Amino acid sequence: LGHGSGGLLSAELLRDVILPAFGPAAEPDRPLEDAAVVRLPAAEVVMSTDSFVVDPLFFPGGDIGSLAVHGTVNDLAMMGAVPRALAVAFIVEEGFGLDELARVSRSLGRAADAAGVRVVTGDTKVVGRGAADRLFITTTGLGVRLPAARPSAGRVRPGDVLLLSGPIGLHGVTIMSTRSGLGFETEVGSDSQPLHHVVAAAVAAGGDAVHALRDPTRGGVASALNELAAASGAGVVVEETALPVPEPVAAACDLLGLDVLHVANEGCLLAFVAPERADAVLAAMRSCPESAGAVRIGRAVAEHPGRVVVRTGIGAERVLDMLVGEQLPRIC
Amino acid sequence: MRIAAPHEPGPEKTRILVRVQGVVQGVGYRPFVYGLACRLGLGGFVGNDGRGVVIEAEGDPGALNRLVDALTGQAPPLARVERVDVAPLAPLGQTGFSISASERSGPRTVLVAPDTATCAACLSEMADPADRRHAYAFTNCTDCGPRYSIVRELPYDRRGTTMAAFTLCGPCEREYEDPLDRRFHAQPVCCPECGPRLRLRSGDGTELPGDPVKGAAELLAGGSIVAIKGLGGYHLAVAAADETAVRTLRHRKHREERPLALMVADVAAARRLCEVDGAGESLLIDAARPIVLLERRHETGAAVAPSVAPGQRSLGVMLPYTPLHHLLTAAHPDPLVMTSGNLSDEPIAYRDDDALRRLAGVADAFLVHDRAIHTRIDDSVLRVSRGAALPIRRSRGYAPAPLTLPWGFPRDVLACGPELKNTFCLGRDRHAFLSHHIGDLENHETLRSFAEGVEHMRKLFSVTPRAVVHDLHPEYLSTKYALDYGDLDEEVELVAVQHHHAHIAACLADNETAGPVIGVAFDGLGMGDDGTLWGGEFLVADLAGYTRAAHLATVPMPGGARAVREPWRMGAAYLDAVFGSEWPDVAPVRAMAARRGERFGQVVAAARAGLNAPLTSSAGRLFDAAAALAGVRDVVSYEGQAAVEFEQMADRSECGCYVARIESGAPLVVQGGDLVESVLTDVGAGVPTPVVAARFHNGLAATVVEVCELIRRDTALDTVALSGGVFQNVLLVERCVTGLEAAGFSVLTHRRVPPNDGGISLGQAAVCGARDRLR
Ligand SMILES: [Fe+3]
Ligand SMILES: [Mg+2]
Ligand SMILES: [Zn+2]
Ligand SMILES: [Zn+2]
Repeated sequence: LGHGSGGLLSAELLRDVILPAFGPAAEPDRPLEDAAVVRLPAAEVVMSTDSFVVDPLFFPGGDIGSLAVHGTVNDLAMMGAVPRALAVAFIVEEGFGLDELARVSRSLGRAADAAGVRVVTGDTKVVGRGAADRLFITTTGLGVRLPAARPSAGRVRPGDVLLLSGPIGLHGVTIMSTRSGLGFETEVGSDSQPLHHVVAAAVAAGGDAVHALRDPTRGGVASALNELAAASGAGVVVEETALPVPEPVAAACDLLGLDVLHVANEGCLLAFVAPERADAVLAAMRSCPESAGAVRIGRAVAEHPGRVVVRTGIGAERVLDMLVGEQLPRIC
Repeated sequence: MRIAAPHEPGPEKTRILVRVQGVVQGVGYRPFVYGLACRLGLGGFVGNDGRGVVIEAEGDPGALNRLVDALTGQAPPLARVERVDVAPLAPLGQTGFSISASERSGPRTVLVAPDTATCAACLSEMADPADRRHAYAFTNCTDCGPRYSIVRELPYDRRGTTMAAFTLCGPCEREYEDPLDRRFHAQPVCCPECGPRLRLRSGDGTELPGDPVKGAAELLAGGSIVAIKGLGGYHLAVAAADETAVRTLRHRKHREERPLALMVADVAAARRLCEVDGAGESLLIDAARPIVLLERRHETGAAVAPSVAPGQRSLGVMLPYTPLHHLLTAAHPDPLVMTSGNLSDEPIAYRDDDALRRLAGVADAFLVHDRAIHTRIDDSVLRVSRGAALPIRRSRGYAPAPLTLPWGFPRDVLACGPELKNTFCLGRDRHAFLSHHIGDLENHETLRSFAEGVEHMRKLFSVTPRAVVHDLHPEYLSTKYALDYGDLDEEVELVAVQHHHAHIAACLADNETAGPVIGVAFDGLGMGDDGTLWGGEFLVADLAGYTRAAHLATVPMPGGARAVREPWRMGAAYLDAVFGSEWPDVAPVRAMAARRGERFGQVVAAARAGLNAPLTSSAGRLFDAAAALAGVRDVVSYEGQAAVEFEQMADRSECGCYVARIESGAPLVVQGGDLVESVLTDVGAGVPTPVVAARFHNGLAATVVEVCELIRRDTALDTVALSGGVFQNVLLVERCVTGLEAAGFSVLTHRRVPPNDGGISLGQAAVCGARDRLR
């Protein structure tokens, strides 16, 4: 791929490579305009944006294209929204293969289609070698909030039950293993998937008793829970023995000395639910294929406001903090 | 000042104002002054205020001089006089002497005494069937008993302690009010009529009938686990000879192999188990009553079950330090395991409801009482090195007595300390108030007691930190505490101090010198100023700053913290670092590869890929690699276990010595891998492990000497300070000191604070104070 001097190359790229690859998700019969008109029902519109830079670009269970869809769809879903439209921007490094670009675009289109969301506008820039690392994607999403949904990081209340929609650690371990060729990637794949159906089911069962939702992506469950605790002022207790950790993930974490609670996920969510609706919400989540393995992993407490602790198998309480950087040993 | 006689002879009197500072309250100081003044025929009074003891005395100048001399020279046993100031006053013609009541107002700069072992006078009362305190488990006086653990606030009087809940009976009140009684103003004074009571409860909380101590002794003799409420927290006790009971205790406590401490009745009983020389004996009977690690006698026989201290050449032994302990060891004369009342990883339990809940699944019975513990304090631990104490944990009996430094702190300092083995330190004037042992902050309960402890000590010693010191490690919870402190108080300045500089500064402060020195800081890990993890460092340092003059070559730590729990990973990392792709085909390498299976190759791959494999120059990790490749152990169940066992097994008579290359440059780089290679060669050639262990120690010590000589050539410094957790290794300390002294160096080692991370906060405070003095 050459470095476009003007807009021409980028426009050709869009017309010849990317749009055809997107498939039906991009409404191919529509004329190309400078911006898109999106018709949304009279309701609360939810908007989110995220940039995706992942190495490797292709990994078991997904690639940067599907990830760019799921990441933004899930951010909308965590606010209780059904995603409706996506804007997609590519930054492509000079020299990046056209076939790979097409492959990523096809995957992005398929993921959008499967999630029921349209790609309504976009942009492509080709930049010089070294100005980007192969391919970056930014997606911006618009969604419509479900009428009963009121999830917010600030609404976690002491007594709330903490639910987790599925196994943790799969995405982070898959990425690390693929990057380094450690071999775990033959046993695991990323959990990358859209979660708005899970949210819809949870809200249908719990209404505004679904106090807070968060997808534990970068920084893992530890970061997500610390953010919620800080935002709401509640304390959080996680039962270590209740955490669903797939065997290969546990083995990889053991080998690499990583705490699975700090490992990234792309296809599960954490929900704080008022105790009286928790069983109903858990049952509703389990009825969705995306969250068949949902479990109760802890609760919000009034003690230690803003602090997250993990109760170990023998009953000791370990402080689970957000990492400032990477996981560096603290032992002297 | 000396008090001069009035120029004109005659009956004229002189009057002086004397202010005494230090540990002078709650230790019988006022009655001591009262008795002294009465004997010297002086008039006036003695009282307490927020800064210490105030005396006004009037009489003839010779007698006044004798009074002033005696204030330091003859002070009561628990007193620590730090300062005596004398000023003249106009005589009033007063003849009688009195003791005045405590003054609660004014600035508070009084020092609180540490908790102290039962004194001989109290013991003889307890032994006397005619005495009203016969066999009473809470007997104490101004010379002994609980202090810091029961203090809630200052001034130190009964209202400010947890004894406030007990109203003095008539006879106790008379003792308390009588200036000539040895219980005059002893705040915890009490008797069986009015004081705390013992109770024995079964595991489910129901009270058991009969004498609680005898009942507990019988349960212990029968193999039960008894939780015993002590001075600073609960212990878990079992009969030390009972292997089944010890194993059950370990199982229930989730404590695998870490040695358990013993309590024996007296020095003679300690001698039956261990070699006790003069130094060991004086540490055992010290009023602080620490746990002393003593070399085990070979013919110990059945008195100590194998599971008490598996694989250990030494035993941790302490003598009774409360009346209850004396009663218990009298009723159960055989050695008792007395380990902290907690589950592994948790801090020691000290609140009654909490202890009953947390220890319910561990203890079969509870020997408890109703005197509340205000501050949780663990037992202190010492080793004996070269005829003196080498502190491992400075806590009960020592804290919160400050270290008095030759320099003042220009502004109040809070040093937040490290992540593990945390202590914190407050600095004010010339005092460094090093806290009791807090523990590993990752535990939530421990983190809470850290924050509460800071608040408690801040109030007790009226310290308002203007500088808050933290480590460079961004993930230490103590660092995060410091940063939050800075966010909340805009007038607080945050000060970062590198971990190994803090180690060396702690050693300097311990020895009351400011440097510069060649500081050898060997430990597990600490954040370096270059983003790598340091731990095998030679710093040219004074209190204010340092340059890194030499260090061990870095190797990856595959799996980060996991490599600390699995020393074999460091063996693999060193193999890879030393030999690259062509590993020697020798027995120890084959053996380790076979033991670890496919994990072996995976760990090497992860190290090569740099996946969670931070680089470290740690000496502790070098020990791990050597011990693992020597076949000592692949995986540890407590911190430093492989290195501890490597030291213990070393053949003391072996003089052979491995050699490590030192690469020139700034800093110098020491090829620790050479020592590992020598281990491989010897083990492969069938040299016995104790000889290999000795040669490794000797080689590391010789390397230390050589590097220090190279640094001396450039800097002309001839004092070396040894600090860091690796210098808990007595064999290494001895070999280093011998070698360094032979090369003409003078050597500073730790005497009052631990070389491990328990001393970090003192070093941090000392560095901050020194930088402040330079401004
Ligand atoms: Fe250290
Ligand atoms: Mg996001
Ligand atoms: Zn006494
Ligand atoms: Zn009484």
